[in-house]
Amino acid sequence: MNPDIVDANEAVAAVAHLLSEVIAIYPITPASPMGEHADQWSASGRENLWGAVPEVIEMQSEAGAAGALHGAVLRGALATTFTASQGLLLMLPEMFKMAGELTPAVIHVAARSLATHALSIFGDHSDVMAARSTGFTMLCAGSVQEAADMAVVAHAATLETRVPVLHFFDGFRTSHELNTVYVPDADVVRSMVSDGRISEHRLRGLDPDRPMLRGSAQNPDVFFQAREACSPFHAAVPAAVQKAMDHFAELTGRQYHLADYHGAPDADRVIVVMGSGAGAAREAVDALNARGERVGVLALRLFRPFPTAQLLAALPPTVRTVVVLDRCKEPGAPFEPLHLDVLSAMWHSDAGHWADEERPRVIGGRYGLSSKEFTPAMVQAIFDEAAEANPKNPFTVGIHDDVSHSSLVWDPDFRTDRAKVRAVFYGLGSDGTVGANKNTAKIIGGNTDMKVQAYFVYDSKKSGSTTISHVRVDDHDIDSSYLIDEATFVGVHQWSLMETLDVLSLAARGATVLVNAPYPADQVWDHLSAEVQAQALAKQVRLFVIDAGYVARTAGLGGRINTVMQACFFALAGVLPQDEALAELKAAIAHSYGARGDVIVQHNVAAVDQSLMHLHELPLGAAVTSARHRSPAVPAAAPDFVQRVTARMLAGEGDLLPVSALPPDGAFATATSQWEKRTIAAEIPIWEPDLCIDCGKCAIVCPHAAIRMKVYEPDALAAAGVDLKSKDFRSREVPGMSLTVQVAPDDCTGCGVCVQACPSHDKTSVKRKSINMRPIGDHLERERVAWDAFLALTSADPAQWDPASVKTSQLRRPLFEFSGACSGCGETPYLKLLTQLFGDHSLIANATGCSSIYGGNLPTTPYAVDDDGRGPAWANSLFEDNAEFGLGIRLAFEAQRRTALSMLDRLRPELAEYLGEADIDAIVAGVDDNGELAIRQQRVRVDALRAALVAVEHSDARRLEDLSGTLVRKSVWIVGGDGWAYDIGAGGLDHVLGSGRNVNILVLDTEVYSNTGGQASKATPRGAVAKFAAGGKNIMKKDLGLEAMTYGDVYVAKVALGASDVQTVKALLEAEAWPGVSLVIAYSTCIAHGFDMSKSMTQQKLAVQSGHWPLYRYRPSGDADAQPFQLDSAEPSVPYAEFADSEARFAMLARSNPERAKELVALAQADVTTRHGYYQQLVEVHRTAPGHADNAAIAESEDES
Amino acid sequence: MTDLTTRYLGLTLRSPLVASAGPVTGDIAMWRRLEDAGAGAIVLPSLFEEEIEHEAFAVDFAAQHGTDQFGEALTFLPELPVAEVGPARHLALVEKARELLTIPVIASLNGTSPGGWVRYAKHLADAGAHAIELNLYDVVVDPTITSVEVEHRYVELVEEVKAEISIPLAVKLSPWFTALGNLAMRMEVAGADGLVLFNRLYQPDIDLDTLTVVPRLALSTPAESRLPLHWIANLRGSVKGSLAASSGVYDGADAMKLLLAGADVVMATSALLRHGPEHLVVMERFLREWMVARDYVSVNELRGSVSRENVPDPQVYERSNYYQVIHSWRQRTVR
Repeated sequence: MNPDIVDANEAVAAVAHLLSEVIAIYPITPASPMGEHADQWSASGRENLWGAVPEVIEMQSEAGAAGALHGAVLRGALATTFTASQGLLLMLPEMFKMAGELTPAVIHVAARSLATHALSIFGDHSDVMAARSTGFTMLCAGSVQEAADMAVVAHAATLETRVPVLHFFDGFRTSHELNTVYVPDADVVRSMVSDGRISEHRLRGLDPDRPMLRGSAQNPDVFFQAREACSPFHAAVPAAVQKAMDHFAELTGRQYHLADYHGAPDADRVIVVMGSGAGAAREAVDALNARGERVGVLALRLFRPFPTAQLLAALPPTVRTVVVLDRCKEPGAPFEPLHLDVLSAMWHSDAGHWADEERPRVIGGRYGLSSKEFTPAMVQAIFDEAAEANPKNPFTVGIHDDVSHSSLVWDPDFRTDRAKVRAVFYGLGSDGTVGANKNTAKIIGGNTDMKVQAYFVYDSKKSGSTTISHVRVDDHDIDSSYLIDEATFVGVHQWSLMETLDVLSLAARGATVLVNAPYPADQVWDHLSAEVQAQALAKQVRLFVIDAGYVARTAGLGGRINTVMQACFFALAGVLPQDEALAELKAAIAHSYGARGDVIVQHNVAAVDQSLMHLHELPLGAAVTSARHRSPAVPAAAPDFVQRVTARMLAGEGDLLPVSALPPDGAFATATSQWEKRTIAAEIPIWEPDLCIDCGKCAIVCPHAAIRMKVYEPDALAAAGVDLKSKDFRSREVPGMSLTVQVAPDDCTGCGVCVQACPSHDKTSVKRKSINMRPIGDHLERERVAWDAFLALTSADPAQWDPASVKTSQLRRPLFEFSGACSGCGETPYLKLLTQLFGDHSLIANATGCSSIYGGNLPTTPYAVDDDGRGPAWANSLFEDNAEFGLGIRLAFEAQRRTALSMLDRLRPELAEYLGEADIDAIVAGVDDNGELAIRQQRVRVDALRAALVAVEHSDARRLEDLSGTLVRKSVWIVGGDGWAYDIGAGGLDHVLGSGRNVNILVLDTEVYSNTGGQASKATPRGAVAKFAAGGKNIMKKDLGLEAMTYGDVYVAKVALGASDVQTVKALLEAEAWPGVSLVIAYSTCIAHGFDMSKSMTQQKLAVQSGHWPLYRYRPSGDADAQPFQLDSAEPSVPYAEFADSEARFAMLARSNPERAKELVALAQADVTTRHGYYQQLVEVHRTAPGHADNAAIAESEDES
Repeated sequence: MTDLTTRYLGLTLRSPLVASAGPVTGDIAMWRRLEDAGAGAIVLPSLFEEEIEHEAFAVDFAAQHGTDQFGEALTFLPELPVAEVGPARHLALVEKARELLTIPVIASLNGTSPGGWVRYAKHLADAGAHAIELNLYDVVVDPTITSVEVEHRYVELVEEVKAEISIPLAVKLSPWFTALGNLAMRMEVAGADGLVLFNRLYQPDIDLDTLTVVPRLALSTPAESRLPLHWIANLRGSVKGSLAASSGVYDGADAMKLLLAGADVVMATSALLRHGPEHLVVMERFLREWMVARDYVSVNELRGSVSRENVPDPQVYERSNYYQVIHSWRQRTVR
């Protein structure tokens, strides 16, 4: 049997798909790929063990998936689901039910951190530990192979025991690691499950032919006894699981135990651990024992029911100290969960079992939270600590805890990694490095007897992101569950990374280093920084260079340098003889790219052929000759925290930050993205003032706020002593001003959306617009100087201009800038506009998703502050609760304002000496005044109040000082994507829509779960292909706006910036002004749609022209003859097929299933026609807002209070 | 009974009226109607070299766009079992046409350069096409490329395609050659079993509102049939292979003139788009009535009877023809 090179997600999904009839799914990182695989397999007709195609259904949330799972298994089907983290938490109620009903089911979990002080997508056990009281059997796998195998054991054991099983493995480290794996085939899987047990399960299922009642309500008389009745079933689980493992060993030769011990038979110290950490621990144990120590590691596979007897039996009787490692933190508990369980086992053990008839002591610690590295060196430190008379207990390892002093110190030079090839590759997300390395792993693993492991580290940005690939090749199984830190091969695929990262820090002495350099080979040494030269000399690396960009362009691959670098790796790494390696590479290219057409294959093969001709070994210089140094991560002007903390994270040194460097509650200062100069654009827009018509379109569409407009007095330039391009600003309201449009060259991502949006062009040559993309190298230095000058330039007061136009809205400073969103992102322009209009008085509740990631993912924060230090106060709670969370913020504000008004009223006598009655009346009257000038005036009044309060000796005065800010209008915005609004948060959103409260809701509708990689939501349009809708979605997109309109008192707008920017501006202003709930649904083009994102805005226009995205505003009114619905877009003028053909999400289906695509597009066209007809009827409808009177009453009651 | 059968590319067709490559022949629902209306054969829509490459790049773009950039979203679109880019749909079309039709099915391949893509000719043949029509469709704007180089490339391409297939090969040309007669001969030597005269080049338009260049393909007009008529009449005596007339064939009269000039078949595209497949019935009726009225019993009899070599004054098809037309037009205008 040949091995596969797969990750755990794929291996586990393969087993689960074979063994399931119903698979209910919902996307969540890092478990999403399991559902994606299952969906794709079912869509392509892949059958389960019984010759049927499993039903795969995406639900609205994990709670929904668990509900469907529960129903399916209670009916007697074989069913499963996949999840992680918060998703597992949402499944908990159903899990108690399924276990309580003794219903076989399996949940596969790629274990991930729970959101606490922060969200983290990475791996630890905090989620599964939260499920430990559900009654589920909990089975843990520590490697990709184990995950594949435990998946089978899990399904077999649940059928055997009737107890549902939670099978978990470490998120990312195992779920996403490629390794050489034998995925159990159908014969093995079939042999593992008992037909008799399946039959029993089916016969227990709900059936009107054998009616039974499940889910009764019980009372104090019998509930307790009934609850105890299941005990024998749980008690039988450990033996049943071991029996399944034994049977599996007979079939495959791979033997597992509930507790697997590895190490010295006479060990005095033993680590007990679950998950991938056991791999690093085993390596360390072997190395330590080889040098005379007596240590061991016990990998626990069954956690619930806790296998006390098996654990005790597996431990050597000689052990004196047992160290229990938990990959989670349970604040307030005496110890973490596994630690407590092992303590309990020890306490109940027979003392006579142990050497000297003394029970071993048990200590424990925390490691690896959020995929923190766990290395053999840390294991050594743990064993050293365990040898101490008074060890830290509990301890932490992997961090430097200078607050509670819990951490252990480890020796970074203790290494056990013996893989023959240890290769590290630095690349950019867009250059294909990761894909090439996955391919490399498959070539080596598939064509040699060698074992491979590949693991990939991504940074937190969605554009210009850095990737680091770790690839091991060896003759033996690779169990090293940690990153390579001493590489025999280092590939630097982008020259820019030489400037920003310490790329040779991981190179071993004598390592081969391959650099993609855009310079002639003989000039490369002179272009290296002093730091790189010094390391190259100190480590005596062999340095190879290639201008991969040139080779790729010559071969017709554009900027994709992956094949070129891959060819060089094979030529240099010595994994295979060079000729053989390149032949295999070409075969792999034909295999990988064959379906994309000959021309793609030919270009890639040409790249391979040309690569070696352009690969040169660079003799090291005699000494460090460079005067150039790596740029500092942030400018010297950055604030202290940014210098001390943020800069370290930016430099890839976040692991070295001590506990004290970080806020204990997750509260971070905003406005830090301005200090992160990424310089990722190849081309930047350059302004041509002579052609500019001041329209502001370039600025309003810029996804990264990298194009700014500033209007100023004509003499301001001279006053500031700066030289900037300038032109007269056309304005009737305030004539005589000057305008500059300026790019932030280091912050632009080069998407080109601004140029597409620019309507002005040279009359003599239409290709020259008033803004044009130009090579950054030709303009960077000048534009950097210009940007600084632009920032320093004193602006005219934007409040002089009504913000209700595109042009004037863009005179306002964006308080959302330079996010890590995708280049060309369709969401961020809306957020930027929101902050331009309301940013200084806004509170933003942000649902988890893309907008929470580019909005709140460290190291830096795009939400910014104005010159007065005001800006959006932003918070992300969860994915599912955002509407309620935002409403809570609003309720709190209103409650505080009522308190403030009440105190103000009480303090009138005390304040009389300092403030007139009229002043106080004006404050009371102005608490909800809208508009920049009105808010500014209210702030002046409130400042006067604060000044007066200082002199007032009254406890209420102190309280009012705290709450005085609530006397100025605040704008609450509830922001999220369609996954939240249409699916997981729909219930809460609906409740808030019906609340009548003054909150604004902005739905950034990308019509797909963008952040988790393009899974279908109820916003996904008919005919589009998406993950979880691989066969093309055949249901019409939900009309969320129409739902909201049914309340009658909700302001609703559907907008698309690229189709009507002015309608978008108006809609946001109207939403803010409406005193009740407002809902703005914004069409957000997305990388998941599959088109060139420089066309982001023109594509939005096409969406509107085709009728895919009609524009409208529903403006509730108390007028008796109100006609609230206004259709803002014209009758569809472009066939839907033309729109669909322009995006890969639709066009792919036309390639894979043309007939179905044609049918769905025809239906979609019918949807468009029908909807337009319906909306035209709505235009005529008269309706008085039912909530109008209520709102008035609320307002009055507030005034009275 | 009037015999409309004709030989084209070694195939025997029941009628010289052929439905040329275009939207009508790309619509499966039209096929039966074309056959019922009397089409002698149909030429399926072209498989474009440019389209194959464009589609390959588009699929490649979609497959790698945004992948492996961010830990949560390593891909954005599901991996679908997409058929090999380019030919699959065309191959399926050929197979379907063979299944549904009894008349010959000619597959069309559109390209201008030798290379790996010509293997698609074999795929089309394997799919059941009775013949291949190679459409040499090229807009050479590079001023450094000479006409000699272009013609050499075409000859190479025809040789390569011919080497791939064992079924007949027709070559469709544009009229814009300095020495079309010579090129026609070289095409035959290179392996062409027939020539299709002519294809119509895409001519972009300017949108006055947006000042953008937009693709716009206008349907042919009846006057355009003069060009193939002219050249078919000239080539009939010098080329041994088949000649097909294409461009501006709108009615039976147009068709009859082209047959008389020497065409083995006459191809209609725009007329069928405008009037539907049943227009062939009208055209055929004209042919029959014209033949009966003049006592022609077969197309073989009349084919080429007014070609250059069969007219008393061959020079009317040569340069003097130009003067004669101008002269006659002036006379009419003056009157």
